[in-house]
Amino acid sequence: MSADNLKALFFVECEELLEALGEGLQSMESGDADSETLHSIFRAVHSIKGTAGAFGFNTLVTFTHHFETVLDLIRSDQMGVDAEAMRLLFRASDILSDLVELAREGDGGRPDAMDSVLESLIEISRNHGEEGAAAPAPPALEEVEAEPLAFEPLAFDPTSLEALAVDGALRYHLRFDPGPDFFRNGHDFDRLVLELEKMGTVTCAADPAAMPALDGFDPELCHLAWDIEIETEATEAEILDAFMFLEEFCKVTELTGDAGGGLPGLPPLPDPGPVAEEAAKPDPVPVAAAPADPAPGPAPDPAPAAKPARAAEEKAAPPAATGTVAPKQPMLRVDPERVDRLINTVGELIINQAVISQRIVEAGFDTNSDLMGDLDDFQHLAREIQEGVMAIRAQPVKPLFQRMQRIVRETVDQLGKDVQLVTEGENTEVDKTLVERLADPLTHMIRNAVDHGIEKPEIRSRAGKPERGTIRLTAAHRSGHVQIEIADDGAGVNRPRVFEKAVENGLIPADAKLTDSEIDNLLFMPGFSTAAEVTNLSGRGVGMDVVKTSISALGGRVAISSRPGKGTIFTISMPLTLAVMDGMVVHICGETMVVPLASIVETIRPKAKDVKSIGRDGRLLFIRGTYVPIVSLSAMLGLSRSGEEAEGGVFVLVRSEQDDLVALAVDDISDQRQVVIKSLEGNYGAIPGISAATILGDGRVALIIDTEAILSQVRRVGPDAGQQKETFYEQASALG
Amino acid sequence: MNRPAHWDECDSIEFVSFMAGGQSFCIEITQIREIRRWTPVTALPHADKAVLGVINLRGMVIPIVDLAEQLGLGTSEASMRHVVIVVAIGTQTVGLLVDSVSEILAVPVDTICEAPPMSKGVDSDCIIGLVSVEEDMSRVLALDAVLPRALEEVA
Repeated sequence: MSADNLKALFFVECEELLEALGEGLQSMESGDADSETLHSIFRAVHSIKGTAGAFGFNTLVTFTHHFETVLDLIRSDQMGVDAEAMRLLFRASDILSDLVELAREGDGGRPDAMDSVLESLIEISRNHGEEGAAAPAPPALEEVEAEPLAFEPLAFDPTSLEALAVDGALRYHLRFDPGPDFFRNGHDFDRLVLELEKMGTVTCAADPAAMPALDGFDPELCHLAWDIEIETEATEAEILDAFMFLEEFCKVTELTGDAGGGLPGLPPLPDPGPVAEEAAKPDPVPVAAAPADPAPGPAPDPAPAAKPARAAEEKAAPPAATGTVAPKQPMLRVDPERVDRLINTVGELIINQAVISQRIVEAGFDTNSDLMGDLDDFQHLAREIQEGVMAIRAQPVKPLFQRMQRIVRETVDQLGKDVQLVTEGENTEVDKTLVERLADPLTHMIRNAVDHGIEKPEIRSRAGKPERGTIRLTAAHRSGHVQIEIADDGAGVNRPRVFEKAVENGLIPADAKLTDSEIDNLLFMPGFSTAAEVTNLSGRGVGMDVVKTSISALGGRVAISSRPGKGTIFTISMPLTLAVMDGMVVHICGETMVVPLASIVETIRPKAKDVKSIGRDGRLLFIRGTYVPIVSLSAMLGLSRSGEEAEGGVFVLVRSEQDDLVALAVDDISDQRQVVIKSLEGNYGAIPGISAATILGDGRVALIIDTEAILSQVRRVGPDAGQQKETFYEQASALG
Repeated sequence: MNRPAHWDECDSIEFVSFMAGGQSFCIEITQIREIRRWTPVTALPHADKAVLGVINLRGMVIPIVDLAEQLGLGTSEASMRHVVIVVAIGTQTVGLLVDSVSEILAVPVDTICEAPPMSKGVDSDCIIGLVSVEEDMSRVLALDAVLPRALEEVA
């Protein structure tokens, strides 16, 4: 494994640890933290420090060190946690994630706010009498006495001796002398041994020869060396692999002679201390410069290792941190590219399956034949594989939601408001890409909610609301979609103000008659900014229209509903995946196209008497007592100049997010099927009215209709917009 | 001029020469992904006239550009006799519809002439050099310059 791979792994791990940290802090704040929570918070920071040290991210190490010291004070009840401290912990965790981000980018810089937070952390540890700094600690005599067993050299053999003498196994002697900085750099002897144990039988003994006398003793340094004997089939290089980054400190000698004999058969060890193998000989006095007491015993003590130098390390990094990684379920780390490749291949499989189905149907097999039955099975299996593969990419929205906590914190700090973010459904899983691409729109909406939604505390209390505003961020699966809701309990949309502003910006005529919901939807218009007072948070000219555009680009919809005085709810509804969707195959002017099934209400073959003309070339469809505008897709997409459909055409009724109903006129419909979405933008570009392409059973490309874009165009220019297609094109490309 | 930098490092460059709109052009062989027969396309709404549509290239959707039309040499009537040269331009993959593919040329770098500045009617941005082939002359295409406008927006 190369250093780059390891680094990548470190950052992945950091993400998880930061997530755990954020989660832990959250529950600390809400007061339902137990000691396990505190431990996990501590462990997260400690683990980051450990690995960061191995990679030489010094700023990160320094910062985590002080962060950890404060956390330790809290954990050991030496320090109480008030709101002030809580805020500091949150800020520290924000800075920690910034630092990790900077380290990932290979930028050695430090976040602006780091110094002040670091100072506060050091301040706290100083006030609590801990040596916060990494400066060499004074020789703390009483501490050593308090732990008289700390330096007891112990030999231990975690596996039984009977396991010796494996065929083909060789015995190696390893002299491992890591030098004083071993623990400071975040290493852990236990893990090395565990690693070695995977290769074979390990026996090891600590060599305290270099242990200084008490008055020169620095608990943060490593004074020990180890002699390790391993019987393994692994090669020398493989053994050294276990000592990643520490190879230089490890000397491997192959031992010859009979392997089965165990310890006495050892040739003399190369090191000065005659500590080949030792039974645990209790030696309560810390061993000074004197050589270790040679007490060769035939069998090493199988007692649990009283990791000698460990205790010294754990003066700073206390007992709970036995493993440097928080315990978690075994997870598989896979390069996302491999998953993407798999997804692509499965996509091909689905297309191929469609091709075969079509061929078989064309070949005229009886629908009751066995072959058709098998074909159905094939189709099911293909779909199942595909769902399975998609599930690999699925990720909980939790990290995203945690980022929003931070956004709220920062925004609140700047605005002097009091807002809490309550999240629900954090474990809802969504495609990884969606999670990533939701971050920006969501950030914007959360900021908006704090900035414009929630009122200032004094206004809230005057209105009889609790001073602290609440924003609820929820995620849930709804019939094949993910629904994300951002609800605030603020003032609601100030409709008169929005109306006024829209008139001011020339978006609507001053005498326009709009319903409440229409006014609310003005917020999504390009160039609309509600901020009565422009803050530096929102009101930068990018408004909700950008949010809407980016969510639409993901195949999602965003809707608003607001009640004056009660609050505003934004609802984002997204497909679970970007790769596949259900669609209806339609034919327009000889072209085959796909209409997303999600937006289709029904299809209808109209009677001539139900189609009414209106205006010069507008047409309406009369259906169940209402009139629905008819849109000619061929004219809309510029496929035919006339906008005339073939006789006996079919209408596909689609409903928009705003509940508008429109009848799309097409020549014919063939069937509905699952289609694999292929982007057009990679090799071509965005086409107004078309969201993507797919490949049909015959191998031809079919375009997927962007119903929402079509509908929003209809709203703008009225039904049967064939004549306005130029305007449509311009407006749509301005949006894209 | 806008000669590719790597030309100076090589002794000779390999080109694929082909006919489009009755003239001979060539493209550096390293930019060509494959050459395939014309297959019917799916038309794109609101596309440039030169963009014939898109095809499925083993699961990838790529646009097909009528090179003659794009260079202002008249519209090709696409038929089974036509050939599509699939080229990589930056991160994009695009198919160019041409009349026929002629041959592979290995041209010493120092014999590639610069295209002289020309009068109206000739888009000299599209031509980065001239290569003599026996009696005839072949024009070295600047691929990024022949991208139709809608394609460029992405690049």
